[in-house]
Amino acid sequence: MDDDKSIIEEDEDTQKDKYLTFGLAEETYGIDIAVVIEIIGIQTITNVPEVPEYVRGIINLRGKIIPVVDMRLRFKRSFREYTDRTCVVVIDVHDVLIGLIVDGVSEVLTISSGDVVPPPDLKASQNKYIRGIGKLKDDKENVVLLLDWERLFSEEDESLLSDINDNSKEDEV
Amino acid sequence: MAEPMVEVFIFETRQFLDQLEQISMGSEGNGGFSEDDVNEIFRAMHTIKGSAAMMMFEEISTLAHSVEDIFYYIRELHPKQVDTTAITDIVLNAVDFMRIEMDSLDAGNNPSMSSKELRDYTKNFLRNMKLANGDDPDIDLRKAKNAQKKQPAPKQYYIGAAKPEPTVAEAAITGVTGSKHVYYACIHFEQGCEMEEVRAFGVINNLKDKVDEVHHLPDKILEDDNAAEIIRNEGFRIWFTTDMENSEAKHELDQTIFMEKLDFQELDSTAECEYWPSAMAVAVQAAESSEPIKPPMPEVFRPEIAEAPKPARKQPSGGGTESQMITVRVDKLDKLMDLVGELVIAEAMVTQNPDIAGLELDNFQKAARQLHKINGELQDSVMALRMVPLEGTFKKMNRIVRDMTKKLGKKARLVLEGEYTEVDKNINEHISDPLMHIVRNSVDHGIEMPDVRVANGKPEIGTVVLSAENAGGEVVLKIQDDGGGLNKEKILDRARKNGILTKPEEELTDQEIYSFIFAPGFSTKEKVTEFSGRGVGMDVVVSNIKSLGGQVTVDSVYGQGSTTIIKIPLTLAIIEGMSVGVGKSCFSIPISYINRSFRPDAGQIFRDPDGTEMIMVEGKCAPVVRLNQVYGIDNAIEDETNGIILILEAGDQKYAVVADKLLGVQEIVVKPVPKYIQKVMKTTGISGCTLLGDGSISLILDPQQLNIMIYE
Repeated sequence: MDDDKSIIEEDEDTQKDKYLTFGLAEETYGIDIAVVIEIIGIQTITNVPEVPEYVRGIINLRGKIIPVVDMRLRFKRSFREYTDRTCVVVIDVHDVLIGLIVDGVSEVLTISSGDVVPPPDLKASQNKYIRGIGKLKDDKENVVLLLDWERLFSEEDESLLSDINDNSKEDEV
Repeated sequence: MAEPMVEVFIFETRQFLDQLEQISMGSEGNGGFSEDDVNEIFRAMHTIKGSAAMMMFEEISTLAHSVEDIFYYIRELHPKQVDTTAITDIVLNAVDFMRIEMDSLDAGNNPSMSSKELRDYTKNFLRNMKLANGDDPDIDLRKAKNAQKKQPAPKQYYIGAAKPEPTVAEAAITGVTGSKHVYYACIHFEQGCEMEEVRAFGVINNLKDKVDEVHHLPDKILEDDNAAEIIRNEGFRIWFTTDMENSEAKHELDQTIFMEKLDFQELDSTAECEYWPSAMAVAVQAAESSEPIKPPMPEVFRPEIAEAPKPARKQPSGGGTESQMITVRVDKLDKLMDLVGELVIAEAMVTQNPDIAGLELDNFQKAARQLHKINGELQDSVMALRMVPLEGTFKKMNRIVRDMTKKLGKKARLVLEGEYTEVDKNINEHISDPLMHIVRNSVDHGIEMPDVRVANGKPEIGTVVLSAENAGGEVVLKIQDDGGGLNKEKILDRARKNGILTKPEEELTDQEIYSFIFAPGFSTKEKVTEFSGRGVGMDVVVSNIKSLGGQVTVDSVYGQGSTTIIKIPLTLAIIEGMSVGVGKSCFSIPISYINRSFRPDAGQIFRDPDGTEMIMVEGKCAPVVRLNQVYGIDNAIEDETNGIILILEAGDQKYAVVADKLLGVQEIVVKPVPKYIQKVMKTTGISGCTLLGDGSISLILDPQQLNIMIYE
């Protein structure tokens, strides 16, 4: 099923190599347009106890309850009060909806795979969440950090995830 | 997920398997296979064989074939000695085997198990049965058929749909009797539509229950490898007699999918038919290919709408119920449910819109009330869609009782009461395991051996009654057996050993003593058997039921049996909850856990030297939980005399919760906490979340979990 999906996604020419770019602190990040469901303004967030600080809580998206993650805090930047520019980018990670709080979205860019270079392989860096660095044709100085959303949300805290799995198994017995 | 074809195959095969299980067990209970039973089992096995072969599942198909052989033998030769129990075993084993394969198929794997062992056993069994009945063990089906010719048995045995005509010759000459019409049709399928033989089979299947007699060329659709080729080249030719008028019959055939051309004409009599085998010829053919012309399948009532793993589709049952039942995917229902939830919220957003606050709008209010009423009804209807009868779950227990009594050498029967009681689909699924454990326990621990029972003046055959009834917003399930009952002394003894006595023995009520059997690792049974005695089981029952928001109690009279009572809420999806505000946050507490709420006087809460807060409730000391402290909420009321105290009951323990204010009681639609949050959240006593009328989110507290948090 997942394979099929990814094949379909690859076949989907209109979405290939297209990235939604958003600003976060000083940098510009990009995320595959295929996983982006919608972009909404900041909403009333309901806090949830005992979660990491970067998980701001949950919001009501037309009857669906989805978690929102502050990407600034996620990447260990300082917290900034939300403004009119602040956006929530709702993405679909394997049928799980997650809202990303970003400083503001800019545009949809096409970055062909030839213009994407892998990040340097540094041990201590957070680069594991960056899939590649996209170069912009017209502007040699500016780059877009392409987010590896799959790693960021699926593989995150694997130990934690397996703990929960164990717990749920116990519940089922 | 499986492909649509496979999905249909799985769905239908499962239905047949359920049917097989019910019929064979019913036959065993009646002490023998009736004609109808034999026919039905034969038919079900045959269909499974056919479709499995079509799907290239060799192992399933050959197994079905070998079981089918037994019933073929019974059907044709009426052997005197039929070991019903042994045959039932064979059928059940085959059913189990196929079930496992269906499950693995459903999970996306390929069926891989070999059925050889079962097959060989079945073949041997048939051989022995033939020997026992004085038949040639190597008798093949042709010979069986020849024997038949000499000693004609009732014809309906091998001609299902085909009404035996007076005599072959007569039928051929007199042709149509009564108002019967004879038709000839030749169907050409579109080029490249593939699987012509399957489509042709479908046509015949559709016709079968509407016509009296039908013959077709090629005559062996599924068995003959060349059938597809012939149909492609020459068309699929059908001759049939029916009561239907010309246009009606033609219309029937016009519905065939992928049909390119239809030649249709009415004939004067069957004598004009190019191909009209005599009844005997049909029998011969049926015997050769063991492909009988099947009468319409009996109606299969599958109330578990939700279980159907495929899109909306008419129930494959004949007759008038066809239009009454549809099978719907659960996710569609869930989606509908979500939408209705949204609608309710949207309604509140419109009618309580700040823009119209304080305005006198008579007509608007009137319309709004009407909208509210319709929304409410809509919500109820959608909830009702998810309700399915407990019947399926209950019937599964038959099998358990049967298997256990056989293994343990006991005699017991299961009586079902109120199996049509409806509960939410989720509950229906989750109740199965606990029920199984309890029924097992009843048979294993409760029902005594037959000789003991007789010595005690009880009927030899024990009875386990499984009943269900609606009581208010709850379903009450009772499992009652007339066995030995619980031995209080033994339980106490064991409880002492396990050190789980909570208070002095003399203060324990009977109820409390019995409830020890729900403790983990508790078993009074000296010997561990296949079925029970390890002490796991009852605690699983309790935790499963608790996760459904229900409770279990046991009552017993020593020597006369015991009763287990399970109470569960009708639905999981909507509960009545009390919403409380703490700071800017909002929490909902299931109303069933709330004992009472009040505003405390100054000094009612007191502290022990460690600073733990407590309050006196009904003469007992209960700990106090401040929600703002537990969940780190700012701007909450610190002085409880301005706030509110709720006394919550979790099991036997009571504790007090301090909140800012009560927001009111309402029906809340329970939504799970998003997976991502579950992933990063520690145990917090929050079981879900819900949307309030104004669109804001409220977290649902789980008093049980909260209780555990406090006491540990």
